[in-house]
Amino acid sequence: MDRVKDLASKSAAVIFTKSTCCMCHSIKALFYDLGASPAVYEVDHDADMERALRRLGCNPAFPAVFVGGKYVGSAKDVISLHVDGTLKQKLIEAKAIWF
Amino acid sequence: MGSKSFKVAGKVYTSVADSMPSFIANSNGAEGNTGQSSRVSNVGPHEQSIGFRGGAYNSTSLINQTMHPDLQFSSYEKMLQGQNISQPNQVSNSDTSTEDPDDKIQSFDVDPSNPFMASGSNDKQKDKFPEQKTQRRLAQNREAARKSRLRKKAYVQQLENSRLKLTQLEQEVQRARKQGVVISNTGDQSQPNSGNGSLAFVAEYSRWLEEQSKHTSELRAAVTSHKSDSELRSLVENATTHFNDIFRLKKIAAKADVFHIIYGMWTSPAERCFLWIGGFRSSELLKLLVSHLEPLTEQQLASIDHLQQTSLQAEEALSQGMDALQQSLADTLARDAPVVPPGSSGMANYMGQMAMAMGKLGSLENFLRQADHLREKTLQQLHTILTTRQSARALLAINDYFSRLRALSTLWLARPQE
Repeated sequence: MDRVKDLASKSAAVIFTKSTCCMCHSIKALFYDLGASPAVYEVDHDADMERALRRLGCNPAFPAVFVGGKYVGSAKDVISLHVDGTLKQKLIEAKAIWF
Repeated sequence: MGSKSFKVAGKVYTSVADSMPSFIANSNGAEGNTGQSSRVSNVGPHEQSIGFRGGAYNSTSLINQTMHPDLQFSSYEKMLQGQNISQPNQVSNSDTSTEDPDDKIQSFDVDPSNPFMASGSNDKQKDKFPEQKTQRRLAQNREAARKSRLRKKAYVQQLENSRLKLTQLEQEVQRARKQGVVISNTGDQSQPNSGNGSLAFVAEYSRWLEEQSKHTSELRAAVTSHKSDSELRSLVENATTHFNDIFRLKKIAAKADVFHIIYGMWTSPAERCFLWIGGFRSSELLKLLVSHLEPLTEQQLASIDHLQQTSLQAEEALSQGMDALQQSLADTLARDAPVVPPGSSGMANYMGQMAMAMGKLGSLENFLRQADHLREKTLQQLHTILTTRQSARALLAINDYFSRLRALSTLWLARPQE
């Protein structure tokens, strides 16, 4: 968990992914399209990290998105927040994007 | 071909079945008429050219040579039965024959005094006129052959009738489908697993459509009769809740058969034209709605435009994920192609490959879920931008649009075909 929090606070936008996960690819694409440059950490063989993410409420564990060091959610949450404009707002606040 | 031993008059004949190749069995019916050269191996070229229909009569010389006249008929019969059992697949070949076996046989039946007189054959054999017993045996053989041919004719007739019936049934199903009756394709398409799941969903979807039209009528009546906003609001809420029901139904059905849902097998053909990950594109829908929602304030127009962009962004992202999935699946299956090395390690590789591919297919369900989630959220966001009355009109417009697509599909299916 500490490692998760540590990595999450290092960048404005952080996404934990798995190389085999194509939904992770989608969320990454969305962030790039928004102009954010998220830090992407591929967590293929780290069971501890996966467990930590799950404990945060991320199910499925990947993709796990953090903005401004705070846990945002999985793909479903990201889509919800994106549609109602909250995601962009958070990204601007975290200085991941400027407009 | 079994090898059988006969003790006949002090002499032992073994493997008689082999030395008397299938032409004898062939004479028992048209079943054996494959004309395969392998079966002709022991027969002279003269007999071979005649073919095997009624072949026994061409090869009487062989019978005389290999068969002791005192050979018991019962043994002969057993041998024939043994031969017959080993040829279960001969019927189909005869279907393609253009000659009627009976015609050939006719030529042999013509001269009862010399049943071995065949067209263009065996004139040399006149001097080897067989004894009474052989004659009787051969007569019984002919009888058996005749019966066999009749059986075959009856079977073919049965097949023809079944085929006709099948064509009729298929036409009926086509007609029923055109009239809007929902008939699942599970029978004639390669959907081995879609049975229960898809059929159940097809029924659920029909029910959903019926209820949807009820909600729509209520809403339309309320809008045209200018009901109060509060009344409209509850109707709009009910209609929205019902509309969102389809996403829940799709989610459940996708667990049973994701392909059926995601590739729109449940939708009408015209709807399928615009299919995007198992449903409509919210961005497209928003574009269509704007004209139906006027008058709109500047703010509303801007918000709807923004919502459309937002939805499009998410749609693009999901599409990219789907593309990545496709590519990944192709890569997984193409790996180590074309030769899977034999042995256990090869099989292990193959199974590993399959397991990975299975995992990738599993993520299709997630894509469908997120696509439906996007649809639901986008429409939800739309309603926050619109007034109650506008929301009502939006719901009516959406429903009208899809109704027209379905109607178009029905017309299309019922169109006269040349």
